[in-house]
Amino acid sequence: MIKSRYLKFAFAAAVASVLATAPAARADEQFFPLQSYRVGPYAAGGTGFFGGFIDYLNLINIRDGGVNGVKLTWDEGETQYEVERGVEVYERLKGRPGVAAWNPLSVGIAYAMIDRITKDKVPLITINHGRTDSTDGRVFPYVFPLLLNPYSETSGIVNYIASREGGVDKLKDKKIVVLYHGSPYGKETIPIYKLFANKYQFSLEQIEVPHPGNEQQSQWLSIRRAKPDYVVLRGWGVMNPVALKTAQKVGFPADHIIGNVWSNSEEDVIPAGDAAKGYIAITTQASGEQYPVLQEVIKTVYGAGKGNLDDKKRIGSVYHNLGIVNGILNVEAIRIAQAKFGKRTLTGDEVRWGFEHLQLDPARVEALGAKDLFHSINVTWDNHEGDGRVTFQQWDGGKWKVVSGWIAPDWAFLRPIIEKSAAGYAKEHGIKVRTSGDEAVSN
Amino acid sequence: MSAAPSTAQLSPSAGAFVIAVGAAIAFGAVPLLGFDYLMDAVLTPFLALALAAVGLNLLTGYAGQVSLGSAAFLAVGAYATYNLHLRLPQLPLLVDLVLAGLIAAAIGIVFGLPSLRLRGFYLAVSTLAAQFFVQWALTKFGWFSNDNPSGVIDAPVLSVAGFTFTGPAGRYVFSLSVVVVATFLTLRLLRAQSGRNFIAVRDHELAAKVIGVPLLRTKLLAFGVSSFLIGIAGALWAFAYLRTVEPAGFNLDRSFQILFIIIIGGLASLRGAFLGAAFIVVFPLILSRAGAALLGGVFDSGVLEMSQRIVVGALIIAFLIAEPRGLIALWDRLWRAVTRPAAVRNT
Repeated sequence: MIKSRYLKFAFAAAVASVLATAPAARADEQFFPLQSYRVGPYAAGGTGFFGGFIDYLNLINIRDGGVNGVKLTWDEGETQYEVERGVEVYERLKGRPGVAAWNPLSVGIAYAMIDRITKDKVPLITINHGRTDSTDGRVFPYVFPLLLNPYSETSGIVNYIASREGGVDKLKDKKIVVLYHGSPYGKETIPIYKLFANKYQFSLEQIEVPHPGNEQQSQWLSIRRAKPDYVVLRGWGVMNPVALKTAQKVGFPADHIIGNVWSNSEEDVIPAGDAAKGYIAITTQASGEQYPVLQEVIKTVYGAGKGNLDDKKRIGSVYHNLGIVNGILNVEAIRIAQAKFGKRTLTGDEVRWGFEHLQLDPARVEALGAKDLFHSINVTWDNHEGDGRVTFQQWDGGKWKVVSGWIAPDWAFLRPIIEKSAAGYAKEHGIKVRTSGDEAVSN
Repeated sequence: MSAAPSTAQLSPSAGAFVIAVGAAIAFGAVPLLGFDYLMDAVLTPFLALALAAVGLNLLTGYAGQVSLGSAAFLAVGAYATYNLHLRLPQLPLLVDLVLAGLIAAAIGIVFGLPSLRLRGFYLAVSTLAAQFFVQWALTKFGWFSNDNPSGVIDAPVLSVAGFTFTGPAGRYVFSLSVVVVATFLTLRLLRAQSGRNFIAVRDHELAAKVIGVPLLRTKLLAFGVSSFLIGIAGALWAFAYLRTVEPAGFNLDRSFQILFIIIIGGLASLRGAFLGAAFIVVFPLILSRAGAALLGGVFDSGVLEMSQRIVVGALIIAFLIAEPRGLIALWDRLWRAVTRPAAVRNT
């Protein structure tokens, strides 16, 4: 009896100490809490993205000794891409000293965090995805859908098709089919494609593929009947390779299928084998390891045995490079904020200021060793996307090859729609819309 | 050694004392001491899933009707609360919550109708219809999510009679109050004639019919009350815990999770629902944090996660072999051994 009671106490004490572990940061460290997903259906994306992010943070620590002497630290919590686990990791890691920014790479987790990070005054980075209207920094001071939001993606794809046809006026009477995943994510751009169809007078058909999308025979038969000039693939997971294989079966040419940002990775095309050859997809960051920053990661980080990817062949893959670019953007935001606030551990609100002044022109991008990896970014207090350019890559059966220049989406056309949606959110939540970047953020 | 009374029941005054101490800790000490992480990330989801498990246990454990549609009713509760709050802002939140429960109950009764003809596995499969239909409808019709382009909705502020429950402590106390009241009412229902009817239907449907138990009413009541409770749990899950909702969060995995909670916790036991929820929600967290603290430097989080799954899976098998009636039976045996060691030795 007594023994078991002691055991119970010991167990309770062990549990309590584990729950209370929060190692104090030494002076001048900046902490990145990572809600990573290395297990579960989206592990391929998670290991690539968080691997690249960690590789870049390691590069900064090893090569430069941190950002102006401030060491970068991080800790991972596994989410399996599930919202409730992401929330748990948020609650677990938010109390650590010197939290710089959150980078969940999951729309669902990001949504659940908007209220929380706004209250805690820490930036939330949703690179390439996220809530479109959070582009409006007047209403969402702490949320940054950097480089590309779903609406800009739509515009970028339309502009690319126009460039292939020889100008937007040539889009008239062309036919485009959008094949979208039957989820809120897939349906988000339906009204935007309609807007562009009206604007450029092309005919448009949008066809849904129910989740998970491993059977698309009937959809592709309708596509064959419709005889479109292009098919836009707005896919997700297993839906992508199945779409490419079924397209081959019905004889639709792969080089007239344009994938969106969630259909653009190696994992989306390799399972499709030959059927993927010629397939084209949008990206904000080119793949490959020929860029100087990637070479330094290979030499400095992997050379020191600190590389995060288990499979070195994945260095330079789409998700790995997205992680690297995400690392560059986070680190540069800290550097910019340090120039104003001092070379020390910054608060979340100070890092937000850094992100709101994250302006990297092509010359600065080149100096960072990322020329041609991504184009540029120009975040301001009210534009949290930062006018990211997109490029298009074609799968040659072994790797992605860039086949376009850097294309600018039609931001001016989309901005009023975004502002309207953001204004609705502000009204619903009683948020005071900021009127200038210098204004203190109030809740 | 004198023979101790064989019952594990506490005397009424001791029982009241235990309840009073429990209430003081749950309502007083926990929120006042302000363990934010504990409340926001552990206890609030535990309470929501425990209430859902109470609901499913009433249907499956007591009335013997297997259901795989729990997540659908969670979703109905969450979306109904959201829409009531949005479209009828003059209604107080508690009324929204009860109405949302009633809407979930109505849908539960509709999907419970096949139970009159189907049993066991066949019924379980037919409840899958609820699971897929609700998720499809919520994705298909933008109205449910107020035409939010991404289909994800934001939580309203929890407020009752002018008092707003913000902050971890507020949300926790709100959930705790709702769960305590709902569990108490369920207990009353189960101890009344309808509770005995549930058990009669479960144990021998034909015999129950012969002695005059109204089958139709009993089964539909079980579906209705169960869905009502699960609907309210869904509202808590969405608005007290996550504070956002997307239809994908209420998939079949969630239904299985709730089913596992009651099987592991113990069928036909309300305490079992809570114990099972604690095991499914809290235990993996402890394991995950212990793993990260002890071995975080050696392995990456993916490897740790995989090994935790193996540990949890092995434990579930071990528990169920040791006690097929679930954790609650194990707990009762342990409790008897602690309070009446002699009795155990003598028996």
